[in-house]
Amino acid sequence: MTIQVVAFALILAAIWFLGRNIVHNLEELGKDFNFAFLNSRAGYDINQRLIEYSNDSTHGRAALVGILNTLLVAFLGCILATILGVIAGVLRLSKNWLVGRLMTVYVEGFRNIPLLLWIILIFAVMTESTPGPRDFRGDDAEASMILGESVAVTNRGIYVPNVVFTRSLGGNEMTEAADGVEAAVIPSAVAMDWLLVLVLLVGGVFASKAIGRWATRTQEATGVRPPATFWMQLGVILGPFVVVMLVLGATLDIPELRGFNFSGGIHMRNSLIALWFALSLYTGAFIAEIVRAGIMAVSKGQTEAAFALGLRPNRTMNLVILPQAMRVIIPPLISQYLNLTKNSSLAIAVGYMDVRSTLGGITINQTGRELEGMLLLGLFYLVTSLIISGVMNIYNNSVKLKER
Amino acid sequence: MKKSVLLGTLAVAGLAAGAVSAQTLDEVRARGALNCGVTTGLVGFAAPDANGEWEGFDVGVCRAVAAAVLGDSTAVNFVPTTGQTRFTALASGEVDMLARNTTWTFSRDVDLRFEFTGINYYDGQGFIVPRELGVSSAMELDGATICIQTGTTTELNLADFFASNNMTYEPVPIETNAEGQQQYLAGACDSYTTDASGLAATRATFENPGDHVVLPEIISKEPLGPLVRHGDNEWGDIVRWTLNALIAAEELGVTSANVAELAAGTENPEINRLLGSEGDLGGMLGLSSDWAVNAISSVGNYGELFEGNIGENTPIGLARGLNAQWTDGGLLYSPPFR
Repeated sequence: MTIQVVAFALILAAIWFLGRNIVHNLEELGKDFNFAFLNSRAGYDINQRLIEYSNDSTHGRAALVGILNTLLVAFLGCILATILGVIAGVLRLSKNWLVGRLMTVYVEGFRNIPLLLWIILIFAVMTESTPGPRDFRGDDAEASMILGESVAVTNRGIYVPNVVFTRSLGGNEMTEAADGVEAAVIPSAVAMDWLLVLVLLVGGVFASKAIGRWATRTQEATGVRPPATFWMQLGVILGPFVVVMLVLGATLDIPELRGFNFSGGIHMRNSLIALWFALSLYTGAFIAEIVRAGIMAVSKGQTEAAFALGLRPNRTMNLVILPQAMRVIIPPLISQYLNLTKNSSLAIAVGYMDVRSTLGGITINQTGRELEGMLLLGLFYLVTSLIISGVMNIYNNSVKLKER
Repeated sequence: MKKSVLLGTLAVAGLAAGAVSAQTLDEVRARGALNCGVTTGLVGFAAPDANGEWEGFDVGVCRAVAAAVLGDSTAVNFVPTTGQTRFTALASGEVDMLARNTTWTFSRDVDLRFEFTGINYYDGQGFIVPRELGVSSAMELDGATICIQTGTTTELNLADFFASNNMTYEPVPIETNAEGQQQYLAGACDSYTTDASGLAATRATFENPGDHVVLPEIISKEPLGPLVRHGDNEWGDIVRWTLNALIAAEELGVTSANVAELAAGTENPEINRLLGSEGDLGGMLGLSSDWAVNAISSVGNYGELFEGNIGENTPIGLARGLNAQWTDGGLLYSPPFR
């Protein structure tokens, strides 16, 4: 007890000392402590923007653009890392010698080499080994677009077609009518369009599940499963989707070479792809080990019992082993998601404009507000991490062993 | 005065809350070496040579200050800084001065609490493009992908230039000049933009410099100079007048070859005051009377420094242009030593 009190007092003293020093030294430098810089004009441009932003926007807006870029790469990374990790973890236990060893090489290779090296390596390979946009030019071009002239892989990123609408909910602009040329609709898309599509898809999935339950009930009552259940389930998902796409007038916006660069379509920059892949492959290696540990924690008797009942190996894995392994897997998986999100701050190495690069980089540099910027940055990562672990804890509670 | 140097263990990485005081001169003397912030490598301005010795135009300024203060031009610890880390390094006391192609602007001088001690290179921002692109003017760069160092004035100038000419571009942010060079040569950007002197220095290191052109437009004023922390005026004076001594030496015809001879005394009273054989200008700065002699004999005067590192006879091949003495139609003009 005494030791605890003394330790607590010492920690308080240390914090007080640090705080007083910061205040004192800032005073000596003649700097004050305020966040007004967030409302001043940023003056710099950002290449990847998920929301409207120009160099006339504020530093606060630039920080928001960076935050969204961080969340985007973290979200994509968590999904891909989980897929890679589960596959690699299961395959590492494979009885096939070659498959098992290959996965060992993957796990050990990525786990034991610093993430920064992987990010830079993947980025370098992507910029050095792919053709520049100007190689696509001319009749005798050195490079050509793939997948039916719709996807361009360049050293500045990958351009893929985008879906746009000629009858968008946000309204469409018209081109100017000229002699002999009628005014044409410029296809565009607003968030509302995609929200509508998403709502219909989610609704379709729920409806299809309801049909499935109804079919099972009927089967259990009568012994006969209603005919064409599968097609009904498929139709209830795809039907509304196809109708809404037709109503909105969906068309493809295919990238084409114009001036220095491709325009149109979606531009997935090399920086995003390199960061995304490197984060996923690296974290995936750790997740693979967690998955392997989870599977091995399930008693061998469970497998033998499932085999004895006549379940095939992949159904044994999906229905018996993985659900039990989940209880062991989820808690360490949360840490891996948090790690991935925080590791995304290495983005500046490849010039990906995440929050560390905008708020924590350029804004701090242009305004000289290191302390304020770094505190905001720390706060953002803290809040994000707490939200991720909160959500994952809810999921963990739903799969953990129910004790009654 | 607090002497404690603390590293905030919070998320305050980089903000070393150090004792910034009016005693930089004493600290340098006690340390026996000058900590000078330079670039991470820009040939001609500051880069290590094959033996690891730093050399270049900005490095010369560091060495001159070290020679004036400590009498030894080799007593310099060079600290490589990026565009993003340079100001934190100076504000925290990690370096005593920056000589790092840094543009003198109002907000850096006033809001960031630094003191620019003069201008050692009058520059402007330019663009470099591959010759095969067929671009002859920056006005043709609409829609181009442009590599740019983050945390610099060039970043802001570029945004202003494209916005005011109603053009669009795709910025590719990079951290150091070497990274920019690699990205540009790999074709990940159509053009690389930085100070025109930096472009010339970078192009000089290309395998085939002739395949690349620097576009004629200069889109900004970039007065580059050494800077120190605000608040230590004695130290600021030393750096300012060391630079002025190099400039005045060229104007007065004092070179590294004849400085020892002239220091004995000449007919020209201004040379005598500069070199310490008349009056006590060194003592007023808190230095020895031969401070300017040490500086000039170790790195040469401004003209020697320029010609030896970035002038027309070097691979970088920059003309004096605006950086000629005022007597030759340039902008270099040292206040009198009196």
